[in-house]
Amino acid sequence: MSEARQFQHIGQRTIRPDGFDKVTGRANYGADFRLPGMIWGKILRSPHAHAKIKKLDVSKAEAHPDVLAVATHQDFPSVNSEAFAAGEAMMDVLDLARNVLADKKVLYHGHAIAAIAATSEAAAAMALNLIEVEYEVLPPVMTIDAALAEDAPLLHEDMMTQGLTEPATTPSNVASRMELKKGDVASGFAEADVIVERTYETPTVHQGYIEPHATVVRYDDKAPSLVWASTQGHFDVRASVSKLLKMKLGQVKVIASEIGGGFGGKTTVYLEPVAMILSKKSGRPVKMIMSREEVFRASGPASASRSHVKIGAKQSGEIVAMEATLHFEAGAFKGSPMGPGCMTIFTPYDVPNLFVEGYDVVVNKAKVAAYRAPGAPQAEFAAEMAMNELAAKLNIDPIDFRLLNAAKEGTQTIYGPKLKEVGLVECLEAARRSPHYQSPVGEGCGRGLAAGFWFNIGGQSSVTLNLNPDGTGTIIEGSPDIGGSRASMQMMAAEVLGIEPNRLNPIVADTETLPYNQTTGGSRTTFATGMAVIEAAEDVVEQLKQRAASLWNVTAEQVDYKNGVVLNLAGDDQMTLAQICASAEKTGGQISGRGNVNARGAGPSFAVHLCDVKVDQETGKTDVVRYTAIQDAGKAIHPSYVEGQFQGGAVQGIGWALNEEYVYNSDGIMENAGFLDYRIPLASDLPEIETIIVEVPNTFHPFGVRGVGETGIVPPLGAVASAVSDAIDRPVTKIPCSPPHVLSMILNQG
Amino acid sequence: MKTHVQTEINGEAVECLIDPSTTLLNMLRNDLLLTGTKEGCGSGDCGACSVVMDGELVCACLVLGVEASGAKIETIEGVADKDQLHVIQEKFLEHAALQCGICTPGLIVSTKALLAQNPNPTEEEARYFLAGNLCRCTGYDKIIKAVMDAASVLKEAS
Repeated sequence: MSEARQFQHIGQRTIRPDGFDKVTGRANYGADFRLPGMIWGKILRSPHAHAKIKKLDVSKAEAHPDVLAVATHQDFPSVNSEAFAAGEAMMDVLDLARNVLADKKVLYHGHAIAAIAATSEAAAAMALNLIEVEYEVLPPVMTIDAALAEDAPLLHEDMMTQGLTEPATTPSNVASRMELKKGDVASGFAEADVIVERTYETPTVHQGYIEPHATVVRYDDKAPSLVWASTQGHFDVRASVSKLLKMKLGQVKVIASEIGGGFGGKTTVYLEPVAMILSKKSGRPVKMIMSREEVFRASGPASASRSHVKIGAKQSGEIVAMEATLHFEAGAFKGSPMGPGCMTIFTPYDVPNLFVEGYDVVVNKAKVAAYRAPGAPQAEFAAEMAMNELAAKLNIDPIDFRLLNAAKEGTQTIYGPKLKEVGLVECLEAARRSPHYQSPVGEGCGRGLAAGFWFNIGGQSSVTLNLNPDGTGTIIEGSPDIGGSRASMQMMAAEVLGIEPNRLNPIVADTETLPYNQTTGGSRTTFATGMAVIEAAEDVVEQLKQRAASLWNVTAEQVDYKNGVVLNLAGDDQMTLAQICASAEKTGGQISGRGNVNARGAGPSFAVHLCDVKVDQETGKTDVVRYTAIQDAGKAIHPSYVEGQFQGGAVQGIGWALNEEYVYNSDGIMENAGFLDYRIPLASDLPEIETIIVEVPNTFHPFGVRGVGETGIVPPLGAVASAVSDAIDRPVTKIPCSPPHVLSMILNQG
Repeated sequence: MKTHVQTEINGEAVECLIDPSTTLLNMLRNDLLLTGTKEGCGSGDCGACSVVMDGELVCACLVLGVEASGAKIETIEGVADKDQLHVIQEKFLEHAALQCGICTPGLIVSTKALLAQNPNPTEEEARYFLAGNLCRCTGYDKIIKAVMDAASVLKEAS
């Protein structure tokens, strides 16, 4: 796709079709649904970070008149360890069962132990006090160092490290190790004139979606049971519930509510299987909503990490070797995004000698969940900080240094494929030309920049496009719309059909209406579900042509379709889409198109962010004073929502870099489980977030789309922390750059 | 023991029986089925449940339902005039100032309160006034642009 293609609708800034409902309060989110006879469920959570459950007695709770059901781990049919794909990651059924209701051991403060369904939310909460639990409290393992210590208490006494060259013989808190390499780093470093080597740390953070997890479940023995859930992937909720409760997929119907943010955190289940047990036992529909405190303590978070990075370059600026050792906290159960961390850390650079090893480490914190480009922000933060330090040592502009070594078409990645057409060079050049980079750094300010890479994924999506007799229609998709994707679907279908987008209403259908759709995650929706929409629309076009051809007594080859009109190439006849729909009854029945894809060829995307900060030298408080996000979108279907993804990712990253962290006390209890103390960025904290959309089309997508949702959270950690380094003239190796941390750097190394 | 509450919501007289510990937020959502007002935290930190009570912007999760007795409450459901969106709502859509939309009702109610007390805010004033409304999706950029645009349209109209 070398020439810029002219589009009719794509690239416009339409009004989203679900907009009216969302600005008037009519849209129904997880907590907004109710069923007749509905009761409320609440969860009893562990007061300890690490303990054995010596006794669990629910009899007094069960006897209470307001209580209609009690659930514990014993209510799960016995499940065995079995990996299955759910959301963006592989999940182990047994771990999932133990996470949603603890078995024998509690592994983090807030770990679910039992659940009660009662006549009201307040009654359920009160009845939790009737459950008797005796614990044998164990020392909590709260850091990577503590988990790796020789005499560390073990979270799982049977956990043997996977992926070692010699099989492990004793259990440990290290779930797995992986290693990736290219070339020979030892000989590479031997050629280096300058080497930077440092260890970087990032804290536990939360996705911070504003809507807490919520569900309504009605068990049914004779018909499919109903699950209403706020989720990024209702088909994977169905898979998880069916695995945990040994129900057939056809016995579970999941309706995705509108979703109030997820960022990866709503790709797994917490409440739904528990509510199913409670509903089955009580014979009533059960509603469960997490409090904000429960969201912080028992959902998400994203991995804390420690990354040791070594980069060597020649005086010319040519990088000769890069090496890293990554440790990622998985929380209570194996499965941190250490793998993608290893795969992404050095991918922005075309370097002959690479070596990366990663360790997945369990600790007494909530099991981590995906968070926007899972693993990449932590890993690439380390690489980008070292890159900037190395550029400074070489006295080369950091953009020039990256351009000298930038990954491009043909670059062999460390994880497998060679890159196809990608836009890192274009992003770097756009960054250099930007008004931001061309402006002088303000008095008392610092400037930083960083690049970022994320794969993006494709996968399975299914779409049906139904036309009505008056030429309007419905796009039936199975991808929960987390940020405006219905608008993109509408525009892509309209582009193919050559009609106004608002003639087609996109809806997110339940699990009975469509075949399996993968979760909204991996920046896949506009790419893969978009491909299914295009395929369904093309299917419709073919049918419209056939219908007209049959009316005109010509072959389908003798007709053409353009701008919503079928033309008879053998004569002067023409019919609009609406006219064909109106006569569909006479030509074989109504018209509907179908697109079932397993999309390959997702386009990797790169971003470059620029950040200026001002640091108060007396308090250490850091303010972002200017910020620019530059990213390759392939093709921006709806530029406003593409910019919105860049800006949202940038600001989540700014929060990660400057303020956000879980603060634990010595007992392993999070001390800031609320938005007042876990401070996500506010409107008053921020400047305008400038954006530059770069478009290097992805040749595998009909319109050139790459995913855009995740890459934008990768560069800000490095961009912001580098700006702080620049402002205080000290190397930052640990985030967040919160006021106490920055002040201690200013004072201790002054 | 339930308490009888009579109040006015978006110009309509309503009454309900609630437990005295019920918050205004839960009364709106669970007893009156006005679910446009959202709960994000239950502790007054996120602003998703912003409503106006007797002319004052409050977090409905920090007000008891019984405190609404005799008061005039304005919620997101009362911002549009039937199918005619308020300028603030139109500008939020035009500027793509929402992604997931969960914070949007609270932000629109807060923006209306801002422009009622300060029809001509600077961008900085808007950012500080809306600092009590958390949004995790947008980074606030497009929200602030929508607010400033709505302010200028409303100013021209007045």
